[in-house]
Amino acid sequence: MIRLEKRKEPSKFWRIANPFLAVLLTMLAGGIMFAMLGKDPITAIRLIFFDPIFSDTFGSYSRPQLLIKSAPLILIAVGLAIGFKANIWNIGAEGQYIMGALFGAGVALAFFPQPGWYIFPLMIIAGAFGGFLWAMIPAILKTRFNTNEILVSLLLVYVAERILAAMSLGLMRNPDIPGFPGSRDLRRYEAAYNSELIANTGIHWGVVAALIAVIFAYVMMTRHMLGYHVRLAGQAPRAARFGGVTPARLVVVCLGISGALAGLAGMFEVSGPGGQVRIEFASGYGFTAIIVAFLGRLNPVGIVLAGLLLGLTYIGGELGQMMLQLPSASIQVFQGMLLFFLLALDFQTNFRLRLTKGARA
Amino acid sequence: MILGSINPAVLMAALMVAATPLLLAAIGELVVEKSGVLNLGVEGMMIMGAVTGFMIAVNTGSPLVGFVGAALGGMVLALLFAFLTQALMTNHVASGLALTLFGLGLSALLGQKYVGITPPRTPKLDLGPLSDIPFLGRALFSHDIVVYLTIALVAAVWWFLKYSRAGMILRAVGENHDAAHALGYHVKRVRVLAILFGGACAGLGGAYLSLIRVTQWTEGMTVGAGWIALALVVFASWRPWRAMAGAYLFGGIVVLQLNLQAAGVRIPVEYLSMSPYLITILVLVLISSGKARGSLNAPGSLNRPFHASS
Repeated sequence: MIRLEKRKEPSKFWRIANPFLAVLLTMLAGGIMFAMLGKDPITAIRLIFFDPIFSDTFGSYSRPQLLIKSAPLILIAVGLAIGFKANIWNIGAEGQYIMGALFGAGVALAFFPQPGWYIFPLMIIAGAFGGFLWAMIPAILKTRFNTNEILVSLLLVYVAERILAAMSLGLMRNPDIPGFPGSRDLRRYEAAYNSELIANTGIHWGVVAALIAVIFAYVMMTRHMLGYHVRLAGQAPRAARFGGVTPARLVVVCLGISGALAGLAGMFEVSGPGGQVRIEFASGYGFTAIIVAFLGRLNPVGIVLAGLLLGLTYIGGELGQMMLQLPSASIQVFQGMLLFFLLALDFQTNFRLRLTKGARA
Repeated sequence: MILGSINPAVLMAALMVAATPLLLAAIGELVVEKSGVLNLGVEGMMIMGAVTGFMIAVNTGSPLVGFVGAALGGMVLALLFAFLTQALMTNHVASGLALTLFGLGLSALLGQKYVGITPPRTPKLDLGPLSDIPFLGRALFSHDIVVYLTIALVAAVWWFLKYSRAGMILRAVGENHDAAHALGYHVKRVRVLAILFGGACAGLGGAYLSLIRVTQWTEGMTVGAGWIALALVVFASWRPWRAMAGAYLFGGIVVLQLNLQAAGVRIPVEYLSMSPYLITILVLVLISSGKARGSLNAPGSLNRPFHASS
């Protein structure tokens, strides 16, 4: 009979190979899904994964979009991955993303219409602070009252969504266009506009920030004491405690970093591609980033690749909607499947299938 | 003045309706956690139940068949979770999250053509003269059958966990899976069955939302009910009757908040509608900070994967 045998060491080969396999399997399963929806599977898959970059017709529009969609995913996922490594589960990044956007936009709207070079840097600080603050709620409740950070951080997403709606309809509403929800368009306010830095590349300050965050996270995880503590706490919590790691401090640090990065992502989005505070501002980056973190193996470099891939599915999904009338939800299903396949494949990282004769011991 | 316009009997009746989907999902998850598994996919299973129940009820014209379909819909997702966590030993937290993300997407995909349709009505249970009792008749005895069956289910789960042999085995598996394994119990089989039960309950809870409470299908309509159900299990410190008390308390808050909105209290709707989430967090804090009580009752093997060789 077939038996699962635990490997002494997790297989390095499968750790790297599995994400690629998972993507392939997702394409396969996704193709079947599209066929069931009555669409040509090969056209649909090509439209989602290849055309955004290689097509002559859409490429010029969608290539810059790739960085615009991937940057927030990478920025958020890099932060989340640090926490996940230490078994600290911040799954409310979506809420921190919203709060970062609100804080950043709040600064901009307070200064409007004044010019000033200092406004944008202030917005960056405010955005990071907003996300940080929102992440500190589950962190402090966890350290002070031992409250489950998974539930608290997630429930706060719904609270943040309500605050976003309240702001779009109330305090931050554009006074010049009465009757419509949504704030002033920050793209028309030069001092606050997170503009494209190099024309037609999609590179804005958020992309730069994502790159810096990746480098910082990489150095921290491999070279710095804090990174060592994070890894130790995740792999051997008891040993970590004897080794001088304070669990409470680690919770605050991990949630703080991921919250601040999610807040930054929200701020760069609202001042650039998003443009304004409005009810539908949040588009699920905070949740997709969880998939990015896992698909990237919680490794900063891997996260860049995973972020680009999932960014691609966002654009491809839009293309599919436009060209094939694919339902918008199919991309969400796609992303969910990807995580499933990855998790399922990972069993061979830790286990080995063995054929044995006779009954098991 | 404003509060005077709220009729307590109607409030009580609405409370029971608001609490039922949460209670269904919570009692299912309670059994799952008692067996030592933390399934964070409740939200995903709920919304799958909501959409499958709705679709089947609309197509067959029977809410009853819809509820059966909803239970199956929840179970299908639960089976996926069971396969991942029990056979392939994946991380519980990540698998549960995947279940929620996947369920939200798949339900939106399935339910596309059902937006804006009214489902067949679920009749109120005819309780004869009981419904005519002043106040109590309106508050307690004029509901659909699901409300009462849910209470019966709580009683059944309580009895099962406390007095039945199978329930004892389930608790043993949840408290200490190594000991249970050594005694010859099938840890994985028990857990898979518990997960399936949890999926069915979550599916029923979702269908209650789409078929009875809201009576329509909208994308993402559970808006965190699954997560609140997870919090309720912690609040109940894994005791069925306390889960029911928690769900009713919570239903009361939801209904009161909705009534305040309707009565035109001068607080913006957005702030009132965040109160259920804030109160859930507050309750979580109160429960988990009471050092001994809340945490002592958590199943000993909760969220620890089991492999026979280890």
